[in-house]
Amino acid sequence: MSFWPWYGLRGGQQTESWEASVPAGASPGRPVAAARQDADQFSMICPTQALRAQAGRVEVEMDHCVHCQRCRQGADPLPWQEDAAWSHWRDTHAQPFPARFRRSLHVLYVDAGACGACVNEIRLVDAPVYNLHRFGIFITATPRDADVLLVSGPITDAMHRAVVKAYAAMPEPKRVLGMGVCAINGGVFGKSFASHGGLEGVIPVDLWIPGCPPPPLAIIEGLRRLMGWTNGPAEREVR
Amino acid sequence: MSEATGLRHWLQSYPALSLSEVDGYCLRLVCTPEQLPGLARELVEHWQAEFATLLVEEHPDRALSFTVRYYFYAPRQHHLLELRIAVAPGTELPAISDAVHAADWHEREAWDLYGLRFTGHPFLGDFVLHDEDWPEGVDPMLHRFSARQRPAGEGSGEHWQPPQLLEEEGAIVFPVGPIWGDYNESGLWLLETPGEQIRYLHTRLFYKYRAVEKIAEGQAVDQAFLLSERFAGAAALAHSWAYCQAVERIAGCTAPRRAEQLRILFAELERARHHCANIAEICGSTALSVAKAMAQNLVEDWLRLSAQVAGHRYLFGLLCPGGLRQDLHAEQRNLWIAALARLRRDLLALREHLETSSSFLDRIEEMGTLTADFAKTFGVVGPIARASGRALDLRRHLPYGAYSEWEPEIPTEEQGDGYARLRIFFAETLISIGLMEEMLTQIADGPIRTECPIRAGHALAWVEAPSGATFHWLRLAEDGSVLRLRLGTPGFRNWHAFERAIQGAAFQDFPIILATWGLSVAENDR
Repeated sequence: MSFWPWYGLRGGQQTESWEASVPAGASPGRPVAAARQDADQFSMICPTQALRAQAGRVEVEMDHCVHCQRCRQGADPLPWQEDAAWSHWRDTHAQPFPARFRRSLHVLYVDAGACGACVNEIRLVDAPVYNLHRFGIFITATPRDADVLLVSGPITDAMHRAVVKAYAAMPEPKRVLGMGVCAINGGVFGKSFASHGGLEGVIPVDLWIPGCPPPPLAIIEGLRRLMGWTNGPAEREVR
Repeated sequence: MSEATGLRHWLQSYPALSLSEVDGYCLRLVCTPEQLPGLARELVEHWQAEFATLLVEEHPDRALSFTVRYYFYAPRQHHLLELRIAVAPGTELPAISDAVHAADWHEREAWDLYGLRFTGHPFLGDFVLHDEDWPEGVDPMLHRFSARQRPAGEGSGEHWQPPQLLEEEGAIVFPVGPIWGDYNESGLWLLETPGEQIRYLHTRLFYKYRAVEKIAEGQAVDQAFLLSERFAGAAALAHSWAYCQAVERIAGCTAPRRAEQLRILFAELERARHHCANIAEICGSTALSVAKAMAQNLVEDWLRLSAQVAGHRYLFGLLCPGGLRQDLHAEQRNLWIAALARLRRDLLALREHLETSSSFLDRIEEMGTLTADFAKTFGVVGPIARASGRALDLRRHLPYGAYSEWEPEIPTEEQGDGYARLRIFFAETLISIGLMEEMLTQIADGPIRTECPIRAGHALAWVEAPSGATFHWLRLAEDGSVLRLRLGTPGFRNWHAFERAIQGAAFQDFPIILATWGLSVAENDR
């Protein structure tokens, strides 16, 4: 017979410290802007226009980066760093929740055409190492109970109505979090007859989490930013 | 006479059939619409051939003229068969789905997206394009349709009603989805019940239809690669490998030996992670939270290992036509070997705990059973097929890459229930770990990439993805742009049979059965 409580206790505490540096492999990392003489030519290797040459530098537009790794493969790559604090407000008017939400935030997740990698990363936010619940964040079953609408995917035509209805059903105050490059601009699927090309113009968005997919740490960081917390896991310098 | 020559001989003596063996792997036949149903039935019933995929192509200059290709493979003879038929504008093809039921959804899809009608098919309509949204009579895969923007007009608006077959007093249709209470992929599952038992299930998918096959058209090879890699992120490596193979087959190039070995290593790494994620979902669906946490730890371990050896948790950006984009270094290899020992130990411990938890086994034994007969009729693939007694695996039956030298063991179970599928997920993960361990000590030295010229032409390529056989068909133009990309995925095959495993189950078993199937909606919807 299996004695599950004992197996659980025997494993000890497995949750990783929030302030510690990002554990190896917990993030795919991202390219970092750098000055280089061949900036014009180098930035063309990016298939999603996430690299932009400007005054002898290669600038990185994280909202377009799908971690295809082309700028770090090859003889003379861009530097990359493994971090996970990627979220940013959509505009300057956006506000975090009032402080009373800091111990209880309820999130409804909607898949609006995500490829499965985003879904898989969301499924891990309550894994022991990440333990989303320690921050008072919970996944809820209905928009009526949700404070946050977390959306991934390029917003397919068939999910458009469902996303709009879910948003309308949420009580105020509410915030919308667009997760993954697809939700920001359609990602590799772009805008077409079948995809809206992201959340913009579908419902009002407060915060973006770029990444393809954003790892669990980046998702939690985004949710914490919505609650008004600003500290995230420390960066890890790698090549 | 061997079986392979027997099949060829039979085809050669088939009246009025032109047979041309273009290359070593594929028998190509041109047939007429009248010949099609009889030929397809004989292939499947007499020669035990498996239906692979169906491909429609519109003629580049003659609108509404189609070339339709039916692919079959004969597992015992290791042979692939192509039946090609020209369809003139306004004419129909006979449906083969009463003889080859696995082709049922393919025919519905071709009707929905091309407007190609199949005579005798009972359920054409409302499939990929939902009737309440999409204007009637607009076929998006036709050349004249522009992918850039949605056509004006609506479908029948909010009037669409879920079907209801049950007419008993108190019978209801209980909808699940498209938005879920937790983290599932979007889709609509309509459970018909008089209160407790599910009598019928209607699965309505394609809420996530991103029209990947359509938007790939006109893209450069490199750009469409991103689509093939990311339309189903949980099996990115498998699908991008199939895509690369298609480009390589058109160019007539082969990846170097080291690259072929590394591809197997990464593919098995992906399979192991995919299966562990399914195990975590199965544990979670039965509310066994400690077991779920243990399985989640395994998934996270695989993902971190992937990021450390390949730079990305889901192995994105690794492959390219001609080989790999990046090499595996000695320290990464050592890290990989060390991780495998740890992961095997944890996996075995979890399996032992689960196999001795009677309350857990009660929830998955004789649950969501797909009988061997249905598995054959629906032509299911991958772990689902192997859990229902069908020892099918393209790595063995149509070997690609270096799998002809590194033949994996193919586990099978007979019961076809949830527990059989769980055992298959465990067994295949352990076999993948063994294969990785063996290979990691014997990787050939040498280059990881060869120059792969982009040529005009077309080719079919296949990979045994974590969830089963995937067939990618690609046609490239002179300038290297994609003219047609067909993604014949395992998700599309297996969802078709899912309804058969639900009928008669109790209401509360639905999420458990769903988890034991572990199917990807993104892979189905494309």
